[in-house]
Amino acid sequence: MTGPTPADPNEPAGARLPEFRIDRPADGQRRRGTGRGWRGRGAGGEQVTVPPVDFTSYYGRPILKPPVWKHDIAGYLFTGGLAAGSALIAAGAQLTGRPRLRQVSRGTALGGIAASTYLLVHDLGRPDRFHHMLRVAKLTSPMSVGTWILTAFGPLAGVAAVAEVAPLLPRHGALGLARRLAPPVGDVAGLVAAATAPALATYTGVLLADTAVPSWHDAYPALPFVFAGSALAAACGVGLIAAPAAETAPVRRLALAAAAIELAGGHRLERMGLTSEPYRQGRSGRLMRAGRALLAVGATAALLSGRSRALSALSGAALLASSVATRFGVFEAGVTSARDPKYTVVPQRERRDQEGDRSPAEKRT
Amino acid sequence: MAEAHPVGFQWVMEAKRRGAKVFHVDPRFTRTSALADSYLPIRAGTDIALLGGVVRYILENELDFREYVVSYTNAATIVNDDYRDTEDLHGLFSGFKEKNASYDQTSWQYHGHEQNGTRDTETQRETAAGLEHESHGAPVNGQTERDETLQHPRCVYQILKRHFARYTPEMVERICGISQEKFLELAQAWTENSGRNRTGMLVYSVGWTQHTVGVQYIRTGAIIQLLLGNVGRPGGGVMALRGHASIQGSTDIPTLFNLLPGYLPMPHHADHPTFDEWVDSIRHPGQKGFWGNARAYGVNLLKAYWGDAATAENDYCYGYMPRMTGDHGTYQQVLNMIDGKVKGYFLLGQNPAVGSAHGRAQRLGMANLDWLVVRDLFMIESATFWQNGPETETGEIVPEQCRTEVFFLPAASHVEKEGTFTQTQRLLQWREKAVEPPGDARSELWFFYHLGRIIRDRLATSPLPRDRALLDLNWNYPTHGPLAEPSAESVLYEINGYDVASGRPLASFTEMKDDGSTAGGCWIYTGVYADGVNQAARRKPGSEQDLVAAEWGWAWPANRRILYNRASADPDGRPWSERKKYVWWDAEKGEWTGYDVPDFEKTKAPSFRPPSGAAGVAAIAGDDPFVLQGDGKGWLYAPTGVLDGPLPTHYEPAESPVRNPLYRQQSNPTRKVYTHPINTLNPSPPEAHSDVFPYVFTVSRLTEHHTAGGMSRTVRPLAELQPEMFVEVSPELAVERGLNHLCWAHLITTRAAIEAKVLVTDRLTPLRVEGRIIHQIWLPYHFGYQGLVTGDSANDLFGITLDPNVLIQESKVGTCDIRPGRRPRGRELLDVVVDYRRRSGNLNPHYPPMVTTDDAASDSDQEA
Amino acid sequence: MVHANSLYGPLDPAPDAGYEDAPPRMGFFTDTSVCIGCKACEVACKEWNDVPASGLDLLGMSYDNTGALTANSWRHVAFVEQPRPSGWATPAFEDTPAGPPVSAATATFGAETATHTGTDPGIPSGSPGAAARMVGGSEFLGMPGAQPPGRGTGVEGRSDFRWLMMSDVCKHCTHAACLDVCPTGSLFRTEFGTVVVQEDICNGCGYCISACPYGVIDQRKNDGRAWKCTLCYDRLGAGMTPACAQACPTESIQYGPLEELRGRAAARVATLHGRGVSEARLYGHDPNDGVGGDGAFFLLLDEPEVYGLPPDPVVTTRDLPKMWKRAGLAAVTMAAAAAVAFIGGRP
Repeated sequence: MTGPTPADPNEPAGARLPEFRIDRPADGQRRRGTGRGWRGRGAGGEQVTVPPVDFTSYYGRPILKPPVWKHDIAGYLFTGGLAAGSALIAAGAQLTGRPRLRQVSRGTALGGIAASTYLLVHDLGRPDRFHHMLRVAKLTSPMSVGTWILTAFGPLAGVAAVAEVAPLLPRHGALGLARRLAPPVGDVAGLVAAATAPALATYTGVLLADTAVPSWHDAYPALPFVFAGSALAAACGVGLIAAPAAETAPVRRLALAAAAIELAGGHRLERMGLTSEPYRQGRSGRLMRAGRALLAVGATAALLSGRSRALSALSGAALLASSVATRFGVFEAGVTSARDPKYTVVPQRERRDQEGDRSPAEKRT
Repeated sequence: MAEAHPVGFQWVMEAKRRGAKVFHVDPRFTRTSALADSYLPIRAGTDIALLGGVVRYILENELDFREYVVSYTNAATIVNDDYRDTEDLHGLFSGFKEKNASYDQTSWQYHGHEQNGTRDTETQRETAAGLEHESHGAPVNGQTERDETLQHPRCVYQILKRHFARYTPEMVERICGISQEKFLELAQAWTENSGRNRTGMLVYSVGWTQHTVGVQYIRTGAIIQLLLGNVGRPGGGVMALRGHASIQGSTDIPTLFNLLPGYLPMPHHADHPTFDEWVDSIRHPGQKGFWGNARAYGVNLLKAYWGDAATAENDYCYGYMPRMTGDHGTYQQVLNMIDGKVKGYFLLGQNPAVGSAHGRAQRLGMANLDWLVVRDLFMIESATFWQNGPETETGEIVPEQCRTEVFFLPAASHVEKEGTFTQTQRLLQWREKAVEPPGDARSELWFFYHLGRIIRDRLATSPLPRDRALLDLNWNYPTHGPLAEPSAESVLYEINGYDVASGRPLASFTEMKDDGSTAGGCWIYTGVYADGVNQAARRKPGSEQDLVAAEWGWAWPANRRILYNRASADPDGRPWSERKKYVWWDAEKGEWTGYDVPDFEKTKAPSFRPPSGAAGVAAIAGDDPFVLQGDGKGWLYAPTGVLDGPLPTHYEPAESPVRNPLYRQQSNPTRKVYTHPINTLNPSPPEAHSDVFPYVFTVSRLTEHHTAGGMSRTVRPLAELQPEMFVEVSPELAVERGLNHLCWAHLITTRAAIEAKVLVTDRLTPLRVEGRIIHQIWLPYHFGYQGLVTGDSANDLFGITLDPNVLIQESKVGTCDIRPGRRPRGRELLDVVVDYRRRSGNLNPHYPPMVTTDDAASDSDQEA
Repeated sequence: MVHANSLYGPLDPAPDAGYEDAPPRMGFFTDTSVCIGCKACEVACKEWNDVPASGLDLLGMSYDNTGALTANSWRHVAFVEQPRPSGWATPAFEDTPAGPPVSAATATFGAETATHTGTDPGIPSGSPGAAARMVGGSEFLGMPGAQPPGRGTGVEGRSDFRWLMMSDVCKHCTHAACLDVCPTGSLFRTEFGTVVVQEDICNGCGYCISACPYGVIDQRKNDGRAWKCTLCYDRLGAGMTPACAQACPTESIQYGPLEELRGRAAARVATLHGRGVSEARLYGHDPNDGVGGDGAFFLLLDEPEVYGLPPDPVVTTRDLPKMWKRAGLAAVTMAAAAAVAFIGGRP
């Protein structure tokens, strides 16, 4: 640990006093806090200068605890949405007789929900206790609601996907019976799964919004739409990549609708005042912009792709990437808003000052 | 107080809740200041100037409680014609002997008391004789000349007035750095809160005592309290906040080299060759007061020690008593260790390697013993100095070669053993054992009982006369439990005293006989086991008692909660006021009565006047409340007993950057100085080079840690609250020296250089003193090299200079330099200290002159 | 039994949680005007509840080396040094040759120290600017740089100074978001109206941590579960006082029936205002506030954010019904979009 540079012995007392003044414009490299206390900071004795700031807090520390959720959750937002969207498309394909699209989407739905389950359990502080989620069912806990949606959706999606392997089974014997029964069972399961899919895709919006995290909570009107659109976009992406162009016309239309829904919702995120900042600035802002750009590209390409496999694949990739970017963007934005006390203090003060009833004198009662 | 005594501070907060105004005087803005109504930053070591200013304020404005002062203090007493004051002698009193820098007190005596009954004052200093006066005043002959009009030029009142005449608000500002406005706010509030209807209490702690004029600090406070009539009355008095549990108990039944239980002096080889001479030196034939019975107290103590072996024929084994030959105080011992004169050392719950001044001397001393026994709760610095101390880094101690054999014995904590705590109000409170001590941990009682038992077994057959003292000891205590723990109650019974024949516990020290028919270990504690009941264990809630709560614990003497409480009534025995009613004379019944146990002979009427020639208790008049004082009066002026002057005087600390603005005499001329190669001192004015150490530093406690840290740096929940050694500096000093928040700095004196993290804080301020800017630095003294959190020890910075009365070290103020960055390591550490000694003018051990009255080269002295 | 106010508004939580004839709601009133910052509450809490260590770092935040409420610190004493007048005291440094204050500058250093507390995410470092602003107090909101003469960071010599201390703790909200969002039922409402985590149930999903508007509940490293003040549920059950209140020497932390405490608090504020301490105000006492009133409320001497408290927290579940509505709408939109995409395209 290095000490400060000694003062020049001939220096008049007070000559360095300005260094302790803080109302000077920010200049020079600022130290970054490290995990090891003040140690690890550069040599001491550097000038103390502070950027202008217009709110107060306790040593500038976060008032809220930043979410302890790891990126598992951001990932889950994507995989869960993908599964839900795919289940819807699978049902559509099933009802409109598009077997390849149906197979692809049922597979994706199963893959997505499997990944989701893994990510959710992995994120727990005590994964071995994941089943404690099933002790209760609480409407006030979006996570509890989501758990039950998953519990319903998962097996159905599984059955629907497994039914797709029926043609590979032998024609005779017990398995032969299964081969004959599987398709109708799969169809029923697929349709019921599709019925629960929209809930699966949109409850995650409430999951994030029902917290004290400023940029998530304030976004509650928009998040479900952003996530719904993002879910459809991702699912469309897979469809466009994996299904034959002959079957993807509805998917291309759906991609446009998805884009419309997500962009409409996303637009609201920009208009929440201070707590919109994280959606525009920094890493989370960049992710959100990337998500929007990719969405536009993907949707346009989907529109133009027609029967071109290459363009469809490109479109699909863009849509998938867009969904990933958006989910991580929203996740990061929330974490940022919780880490900076500004997003907690300033809006609450504004609200208080509007109420204008909190002068100390009146606070007595 | 909030910092070091947060639990006691609850009562200050309670008073504040009821509208009391709280003043806080401290070099640094502490947690106490945060709650105070007025905070007065003061230059460390100048409190006598501040308090002297209050004394002057009282006298000049005639704000004293005149009726109380005239009747109950020695204000009216006439003093010897030969007495000369500091006013006349540039800061010295008459009778100063340059030869041994001590006072001949003859000229201080009351008029007509030519001969001074006490030992020569140098011996008194060597033996910290001042401590004997904790329970009673110094001896004076009872009969005194008085002028109750207070007009006589040599009456104490006039002497006091003249002595403090120069302690003006302007002077307070010049010396302490406290503005006149703030000083007057303080003086006014203090005086307004005293009188018939109100009383004020003075509470101090080691911030006052640990100075070369520590005793005089307290004297000044006592003078103010006497002038305001705040002694012997409810809500009054001068209270010491102790640094540990039962510090009071450790002077009542002392862990001191110069005292025996109950403030009986330890025999001195020259002054007390025989039992009778020893006793007479205590009771002073002809003197007023309860010390007339000193013979009984002495006999009972010896009977308690040696039981049946102690008989009238053999002077109750007085011959067995060890004798003092001079200064056996802790600092002299440490220097003797360095010089190889001491072979073995017991440390019990003490950590001198961190907690005592001049840590380096402490550690080098301990490194030069044959054996060292450390009993503590944790492995403390004093047990590992040979291995981890700073001196191992500088090569001064080589672990492989360190000759000291260290025995570390785990000790039981206060919850793991039974016994009593005696707190500052002299209240004994019994402590139950909550849990068994872990592992090999044992109580002190267990340790010493069994140590004695084993030694006595070893010597059982010894024919040597020198072993008789041990073998004749009355060493029979019942033990219990698997560990053979001695019964603490049986010890309390012995301390209380008993009738030898019947074994009946004594009810009061008045039952003690001087014929050997009773035995008692500590006469002032007699009654704590009255009727065979452990009175200290009484716990009747205050809510079920009156305000005195006499049935909670037991206070010495005689369960009396306020000493000298006869002063709570006026000379005629009537309460001063209904509001402050406490003890009064019941004319019908013809006896003293009240809420508390009257501190007066029960049936002695206020009007009683002793016949001339009366002595002892009989000589106390009906209006002499201070029954343990030779003249029955409270002493504004001390004709004897205080070695550095009959009146408090502001002297600069031994190390100060400032020339004494009041007198030519710079610092206490009778301070105890140890000339030893290791004990170097920083120069102070009028000497040259004092500017090498331009800053004043002081040390004290943090709430989060306890003393030397042995009980807090070792405990995680406490350690993490203050995890590193730090130094607090003002922004101004930070700028002057290039110090930065949370970066390293090191402090240097002629003894040591230590490092600490810097906390730059607005809580410290420079002061304007004598037209100069004085910067003050604050450090916690809790840190050492053992425990969960470690750091350099602030006490390493101090040298050894003591108060002459009680040999307490000046460890609350010193001078130093501070520089940014970490201290040098290894040999270079010694080099930097040597370099500072060279720059400060002297590589040899340095001792400022004792007397500086010839040095007029300063406009500071008023008469210069 | 679901109450009209189950999600928002005044409410007595224990009966709402289904307790028949529950005891009166118990809570804390923390009066910072008598806090001496001794941290006995922190130590008593750790000792009684056997809370693990929270790091040995010197943070340089005045005497605060705990930093924040975490999974390993259930009581946290905040220290704020301000070159500002205190309602009851005469200016501390009025007549000393003191220069400009440094509190703001040192606070910026303190803001950047970070430490592992054995919890997740530990104590993240903060914004230096906001820290500097803290010592000036909230009055400087929106007026960067401006400081009254002789105070704050002006060049004039400092004269006023005050040292704020405040023992923070879980608020045991009337509407506790942590409890509402807990998917396992690990967090529950006690008969005393307090909120407690069941460590044998919690599976560390972390939802409560993001839901708490005060940033109280926290996840412990190498354990994964969420931890916070239990208001010494075990002691309450035995009719004892919580450890921190028991240890507090100056009755800064008062424990008792909430209604009684609210009365005491109002009286205390009135007294302080009477003595010219106009900055005294209550925080979290109002049943009509965003969380339906706190079970642990405070008397503060500056704006809440100066102590690290949110100025006007609102329980997130207040908006939950609206959230579900929006989600439902989005779900329908999604389904419709899919239907249209497939049906609409039929030749």
